[in-house]
Amino acid sequence: MNELQRKWLVMHPKDDVAVALVPLAAGTTLTDLDRGFGVTLRADIPFGHKFAIRTIPKGGLVHKYGQVIGISTAAIEAGDHVHVHNVDSRRARGDLTKGASQV
Amino acid sequence: MGYRRADGRIGVRNHVLVLPVSYEMNQVADRIVRQVPDSVTFRNQHGIDQSGDDLRQTLRVYEGFATHPNIHGVIILGWGHEPYDLQSIAATAEAAGKSVELIVLEQVGGMRRAIELGVARTRQMVRDRDAVQREPVPLSEIILGTECGGSDACSGISANPALGVTSDLLVNAGGTSILSETTELMGAEHLLAERAVSREVGDRILYIVRRMEQNAMKMGVDIRGAQPAPGNIEGGITTIEEKSLGCIHKAGHSPIQEVVEYAERPTKKGLIVMDTPGHDIEQMTGMVAGGAQIAIFTTGRGTPTGCAIAPVIKVSSNSFTYQRMQDHIDLNAGTVIDGTETVQQVGERLFQLMLNVLSGQQTKAERLGHREFGIYRIGQSL
Repeated sequence: MNELQRKWLVMHPKDDVAVALVPLAAGTTLTDLDRGFGVTLRADIPFGHKFAIRTIPKGGLVHKYGQVIGISTAAIEAGDHVHVHNVDSRRARGDLTKGASQV
Repeated sequence: MGYRRADGRIGVRNHVLVLPVSYEMNQVADRIVRQVPDSVTFRNQHGIDQSGDDLRQTLRVYEGFATHPNIHGVIILGWGHEPYDLQSIAATAEAAGKSVELIVLEQVGGMRRAIELGVARTRQMVRDRDAVQREPVPLSEIILGTECGGSDACSGISANPALGVTSDLLVNAGGTSILSETTELMGAEHLLAERAVSREVGDRILYIVRRMEQNAMKMGVDIRGAQPAPGNIEGGITTIEEKSLGCIHKAGHSPIQEVVEYAERPTKKGLIVMDTPGHDIEQMTGMVAGGAQIAIFTTGRGTPTGCAIAPVIKVSSNSFTYQRMQDHIDLNAGTVIDGTETVQQVGERLFQLMLNVLSGQQTKAERLGHREFGIYRIGQSL
């Protein structure tokens, strides 16, 4: 595929997620030869949102840009929508010091 | 092309600024500028209730605006009960070679007289400044404020990396670029610290991020909901870490020379970090007060803002926003997402646009008359 015509993008080889560059429908099968993965989307992925390209266990670190962007709050399957419903920030969480649980 | 000022700095605009140094003077400022349309002002939210570091920071902003290279002259409007020495602000502006008029409401006998005086002096200053001509000026004297607001997941892929290319081109030409928004460095500060020119500068980066994070922790709140903001989340950004890692792309790949406080003027050229909050208007005000003559503002959602004395170039990260917000967006970096342009191509196009704007081409925010203003408050209202 021409690099300029990608429908999704993985920012770094270490990443667990890809970004949808167009809206992608549940059930679509995507194959990325460059990054060596094939997934069937388990949910609609809105434009600009992320989907998992591999399984992430509950409490696992989630990588994008080759860096940690947060911690998963639920088991995430390849093809799942990855967003605020299953990933939490680890930074500046004043609520955690008050006893809120992270995962 | 720009304006050479008496203090050696370079202006890219030639504004006459009506500066209300407390909210008590907003009404007067507004009436003056309405009668002299070629002058500019902004609405100030700050008043007479500041102290300590907070007060010093606010003063730094007023002085930064009063001495700014983009202004020819300034009408300083005070009530007379501000906790700052109004004469001293006027003297600082005069020392920078500005035309200065200080009008103190209480001393001139109230609003009617203040407006009358203000209109007369502002008209005179506008006539005088029209005699000043642009001339060729070196790019090395330019300070660019970089900013991203209303970010979406595309910001870190298209608009911010393209601004990074522009920023590197300016730094390579000997100019200065400011990276700010400390809140949005959280989660990416280790990458920036590695790029610092010295251990000391690197430690300073880690320190300001830790300080910002501790302030958030002290509030005992969940940062989610504010950072990333609801618009960011709708745009696909999940956590502050993810947002930060996208944000720092706008600073390109140059080494970081210095870390300055809010509204402080950089002492070095090249890439600089300024400690500001993520709040779009407060960081814009801080960078401009610190001497930035121009700002480039990348946006995923199309943030409709600008600045009274500095042109702000708006860059959209995706083509949907560009279509929806065409009144506000100067350049669409969404072509990177669409697959019709590379980051490098957009960055070079943005650099060219910046050169045109520096030489006088109006930005959309300027044409629309956007004049937002806000000072980062670090103390409490007492």
